Amino acid sequence: MRHTLAVLVENSPGVLSHVAGLFARRGYNIESLVVGETEDQTVSRITLVVEGDEKVIEQVGKQLNKQVEVIKVNDITNEEMVERQLLLLKVGADPSTRQDIMQLVEIFRCRIVDIGRRSLIVEATGDEEKIQAIVKSLQPYGIQELVRTGKVAMVRGQK
Amino acid sequence: MLPGAEILIKCLEKEDVEVIFGYPGGAALEIFDALRKSTQIRQILNRHEQGAAHAANGYARASGKVGVCLATSGPGATNLVTGIATAYMDSIPIVFITGQVSTSMVGTDAFQEVDITGISDPITKHNYLVKDARQIPRVVKEAFYIAKSGRPGPVLIDILKDVCADTIEWEECTNIELRGYKPKVTGHLGQIKQVSELIQEARRPIICAGGGVVSAGASAELLQLAEAQRIPVCNTLMGIGSIPQNHPLALGMLGTYGLAVPNMAVQQCDLFIALGMRFDDRVTGNTDKFAPGARIVHIDIDAAEIGKNVRVDVPLVGDLKVVLNQLNTRIQKKKNIQWWQEIDALKEKYLHEIIPAAAELSAVEVLTGLNGVLPTNAIVTTDVGQHQIWAAQLLEMKTPRSFISSGGLGTMGYGIPAALGAQIARSEHPVIVITGDGSFQMGLPELGTALEQELPLKVLLLNNQTLGMVKQLQDNYCESRYTAVHFKKNPDFQSIARAYGALGLKVTKREELLEKVKQFVQYPGFVILEVIVSNKDNVYPVVLTGGGLHEMTGLGKDEDE
Repeated sequence: MRHTLAVLVENSPGVLSHVAGLFARRGYNIESLVVGETEDQTVSRITLVVEGDEKVIEQVGKQLNKQVEVIKVNDITNEEMVERQLLLLKVGADPSTRQDIMQLVEIFRCRIVDIGRRSLIVEATGDEEKIQAIVKSLQPYGIQELVRTGKVAMVRGQK
Repeated sequence: MLPGAEILIKCLEKEDVEVIFGYPGGAALEIFDALRKSTQIRQILNRHEQGAAHAANGYARASGKVGVCLATSGPGATNLVTGIATAYMDSIPIVFITGQVSTSMVGTDAFQEVDITGISDPITKHNYLVKDARQIPRVVKEAFYIAKSGRPGPVLIDILKDVCADTIEWEECTNIELRGYKPKVTGHLGQIKQVSELIQEARRPIICAGGGVVSAGASAELLQLAEAQRIPVCNTLMGIGSIPQNHPLALGMLGTYGLAVPNMAVQQCDLFIALGMRFDDRVTGNTDKFAPGARIVHIDIDAAEIGKNVRVDVPLVGDLKVVLNQLNTRIQKKKNIQWWQEIDALKEKYLHEIIPAAAELSAVEVLTGLNGVLPTNAIVTTDVGQHQIWAAQLLEMKTPRSFISSGGLGTMGYGIPAALGAQIARSEHPVIVITGDGSFQMGLPELGTALEQELPLKVLLLNNQTLGMVKQLQDNYCESRYTAVHFKKNPDFQSIARAYGALGLKVTKREELLEKVKQFVQYPGFVILEVIVSNKDNVYPVVLTGGGLHEMTGLGKDEDE
């Protein structure tokens, strides 16, 4: 099962390599990892998506907690949460297809952020499902380049 | 105003450091220069950085203090790696300090530059790269705190050369705040209650004492618990000495290379109480077959160890000394009489006197002989191999911190440097190294340190011209096809003893053994006793790969010949 972990760490150099190294040497699979500063400048938040059974996830949590720079580990998989990924996608577009693509973009409520002679860049945010759907619907037009971030997530309401 | 290096030394003095083991070099020039001025800190010049690391390890284990080890950048730092890993696997508190090239050279593949914080990341509890002299006081304070608190372990501080030279105002760091590091000390009350009930209900309980009992200083509490209910106590290799090995409740070492009685008892127990141990594969054998009828209680300071290797029914995280005290107030007296009848039957069946049959001396009879004359305050260090297992099985160590051996990593070449560290920590105790001819030649350079420091080390060299443990593995798993295990030529160890200023003793015949062993133990100075032993003996009984603890090969009296 996939788990989403919100990990608060000291915002200091080397922390990310400690965490990534831990996953590599203990044989845990990271599906995605996003890191950035939080409302407190001294703290960074790592959002991790990890694949594994209960036993593996328990160990992941414990091993993360053992790191001196890790302040808190939360498994938010089963929480009500808002999750978002960012996608940038360069899709082939000539005058004959451009309209269709723009319609699709509208339906998915994403944006066109660059127009080239033979391509468009589409920017989209959303959860995993939405991002997959956008990629799938734009596939027939020829995806030239695709980049996406991992997932960031936040638990809803007062927590 | 003081240069960074002098601030570093002052901070070490504040941590009550009395000894630093190390080896100098270009990037550590400023640190050694500052160390020269210290009247508090004794500087030991080792012969190899790995030896310095193991010496700091032996020092830490014998004294219970944090060991300190200092080396230069590049090869100095990489030579420490085996020593750092050895300390990490056995949870030994050591602060390693390495010099690093200057700020302007970092990342340029400069002479003797190596990314030691990167390299040591998986084998340190924590590490630091110090880029600013103002960080030194806080980093040193944190490093010592992290090394010795919670589950102890090695911490590395890598300091840039120019940082050591930078002159700044020294401000002592008195308070540190590590929000991500808060070791749990007291046990959870609900779990304490659960554990005490389980112990009360159990009909066939057994305690397994690991290295955590030693590092927590919880021997008295362990004894109180065991004696209150007459619970048999076995131990891991790291737990030797946590209970006197000749105590009536002590069963001896558990594991694939453990003794038959504790192994069989564990397979029959209904409650396995794990104290400060981590269910290493050498302890459990096949985990699927481990203690099949037992509930398992795991008491450890490291939450990550709970449930890592075996299923645990009740976990209890905290400092062993504190938790056992909490537990002991709830334990009522009990005698487990029926259980002891079963254990006595196991003893009857599996304990028999070893009667030397072969013409050649066996390592077992040498160690049995040594055990008979071992001073009660002796500290024993071992190297790694068959001699280590036999020493762990046979020597009746009576106090914690008296048996010092590389358990988790199994590092050959550990015994001699660890002994010199232990001897420096405990000058009034006789320190005996038990080693083989393979391991001896890995630790050999440190005889030079022992000579220079005038340490009265006693080295028992069991010479069988063979890497016995690997040979045994080839017996067990390669149908006795031997490769690279027999030394065709060895140096003359008596000449080596002379070269290093030690008294050389040698035994080749059974008649000389006991007298020479006695002379060896009683000799007041540096002495090497070489005993020529058979290379045919194997450690039996043994649990082979995939076997449960009860499935021991070579149990019968005749089988192992």
